[in-house]
Amino acid sequence: MKILVPISKVPDTTSKIAFIENNTKFNPDGVTFIMNPTDEWYALVRAIELKEKQGGEVVVIHVGGAETEQIIRKALAIGADKAVRVDADPTDAYFVATQIANHAKTENYDLIITGKETIDYNSFEIGGMVAELLDIPAVALVSKLEVENGVATLKREIEGGTETVEVKLPLLVGAEKDLAVARIPNMKGIMSARTKPLTVVAAAGTDKLTTVVNYALPEKAKQCKYVSPDNVGELVRLLHEEAKVI
Amino acid sequence: MAVLSFVEIADGKIKKASVEAAYYGSKVAESLGTDSIALVIGEAPADLLATLGQVGVKKVVQANNARFNSFDSKLYTKIVAQAAAESGATVVVLSFNNNGKLLAPRLSVKLKAGYVPGAVELPVFNGNTAVVKKNVFSGKASAEYQVATDVKVISVNPNSLPPIKGTASAEVVQITPTVADTDFTTVVKGVDKITGTIPLTEAELVVSAGRGLKGPENWGMIEELARDMGAATACSRAVADVDWRPHHEHVGQTGLTIRPNLYIAVGISGAIQHLAGVNGSKVIVVINTDPEAPFFKAADYGIVGDAFQVVPKLIEEYMKFKNAH
Ligand SMILES: Cc1cc2nc3c(=O)[nH]c(=O)nc-3n(C[C@H](O)[C@H](O)[C@H](O)COP(=O)(O)OP(=O)(O)OC[C@H]3O[C@@H](n4cnc5c(N)ncnc54)[C@H](O)[C@@H]3O)c2cc1C
Ligand SMILES: Cc1cc2nc3c(=O)[nH]c(=O)nc-3n(C[C@H](O)[C@H](O)[C@H](O)COP(=O)(O)OP(=O)(O)OC[C@H]3O[C@@H](n4cnc5c(N)ncnc54)[C@H](O)[C@@H]3O)c2cc1C
Repeated sequence: MKILVPISKVPDTTSKIAFIENNTKFNPDGVTFIMNPTDEWYALVRAIELKEKQGGEVVVIHVGGAETEQIIRKALAIGADKAVRVDADPTDAYFVATQIANHAKTENYDLIITGKETIDYNSFEIGGMVAELLDIPAVALVSKLEVENGVATLKREIEGGTETVEVKLPLLVGAEKDLAVARIPNMKGIMSARTKPLTVVAAAGTDKLTTVVNYALPEKAKQCKYVSPDNVGELVRLLHEEAKVI
Repeated sequence: MAVLSFVEIADGKIKKASVEAAYYGSKVAESLGTDSIALVIGEAPADLLATLGQVGVKKVVQANNARFNSFDSKLYTKIVAQAAAESGATVVVLSFNNNGKLLAPRLSVKLKAGYVPGAVELPVFNGNTAVVKKNVFSGKASAEYQVATDVKVISVNPNSLPPIKGTASAEVVQITPTVADTDFTTVVKGVDKITGTIPLTEAELVVSAGRGLKGPENWGMIEELARDMGAATACSRAVADVDWRPHHEHVGQTGLTIRPNLYIAVGISGAIQHLAGVNGSKVIVVINTDPEAPFFKAADYGIVGDAFQVVPKLIEEYMKFKNAH
């Protein structure tokens, strides 16, 4: 089975968020970048588990600049076999999805597993776009994935529960927590990652459908209003009369 | 010209998130001086669909066919795209809920339409260009997306724009989309619903607790408060990890992201990964013994006190309030 895992680069959750150039750019100064958690913990590891059981190959793809090679090497250290980096700034979802789909078209993957959504743009859009560009089925928010005889059985989140579905491969899956148990790269993995193939390709096409024109931080830090533990009735009054939420 | 909203039915009701999407669609239609049309895929009673008129929908188009009842992202993309083309929609609105999150980006590609995922405000139009605000960095900032394509796709973050309801009724008409057998890709084998509780992602009020409660046996008062308030219950990852609470309740970076009107956090420290899932809440109340708990920095109201004393009092005071209103 051939599996493609698109991975994204994001600021570590504890990063201070700030913007520069008149609030049109994220300020990367002093920010540590990591692999998007759901890509690393669930999508990548489930892909590796399936390969270990059934044979095949796991390829990771990333659309981004050379500074992200360290993140790609980490994916190889965890157990991916090969990596592709499309050398371009990921400044629009449609553009990023087009790059991933272009690569996938030439390789005939059985499965593509993305993360849930990135922790920076929180968009949840790359997976759906790639699936439509390839005209293949897709299932998102998947917490269980088994594959047998070319058919995937998946558990996906629905409002207030889960649903089990069956879909024929090729298929795109969006990972959710519980899909796999995160793996920490071991020494052997780290050593072998250095020599695993990482191909850099140029971007194709420049089509963009959206532009971020402005970023903003919340207007002001919240001011917490304290209520005495001996006067809990006051909290109820405030929630009703001031906040108007009950 | 028209604005088309995608509306889902579950358990014989219109999903709350879909009512919000339809309302959002109607507001967009109003600002563009055009009609608000809603699309329903699958079987549903016409009188139920007519109630969409209450949120400004003029016409509901329904692909009323049992074959379409269960969600299939490939099939639904094709049907929504056809309905959008037939109605001449320039804006397609969906909810940023479980199905919408997958359907919307597919539609964006199919219609070659710029897409804004998880809008929190109405778009601002300038000629053919729309600017739409969405949250980024897990609610720590917002971004304005500019979309200039002829057709635009917007998914709306739940609880962003509470619908104001009127009394009008929508006209319901049937459509017959052209689909092929190969468009049916997803076979539903089973559904496992957690019954008796309010789905966390749809709840307006949420009562949540963490390790400060000391043990799973102490959740009775949290459940009681939630029941009295008509709220859903949530928890921190720390307590889900040790099985004090089920994992589907855990909110945060690795759990659910919610945006209720009110989030009451009891005995939760407010780690940044927890905040990532809840800081879109309209009002946050924190109850914690430690005045230095980071959660107070994100709170609107705080009580520095022991949960085992404060929560029973809160139940009592809430019931007084409820009985008086
Ligand atoms: C400087 C800058 C400017 C930007 N300007 C815009 C803009 O104008 N308009 C706009 O829409 N977006 C913009 N973005 C956001 C960027 O293009 C997003 O990555 C994109 O919109 C996808 O959204 P997301 O990150 O939320 O990914 P999601 O759709 O939430 O990601 C889902 C999954 O897709 C995969 N994935 C995501 N990104 C990549 C990647 N780069 N390579 C491989 N796989 C990936 C991962 O598996 C991930 O889990 C900008 C980003 C930067 C850094
Ligand atoms: C990569 C990563 C991802 C993570 N994702 C998530 C996530 O999605 N969601 C999440 O929640 N966490 C997540 N975490 C864990 C997070 O960092 C915290 O460890 C966790 O949220 C702590 O849970 P807690 O607040 O219940 O426990 P604690 O941090 O132990 O806090 C307990 C609080 O209870 C208070 N307290 C004690 N006794 C009482 C009393 N009698 N009455 C009132 N208050 C009392 C204490 O003062 C304290 O503030 C993640 C961590 C990492 C590293």
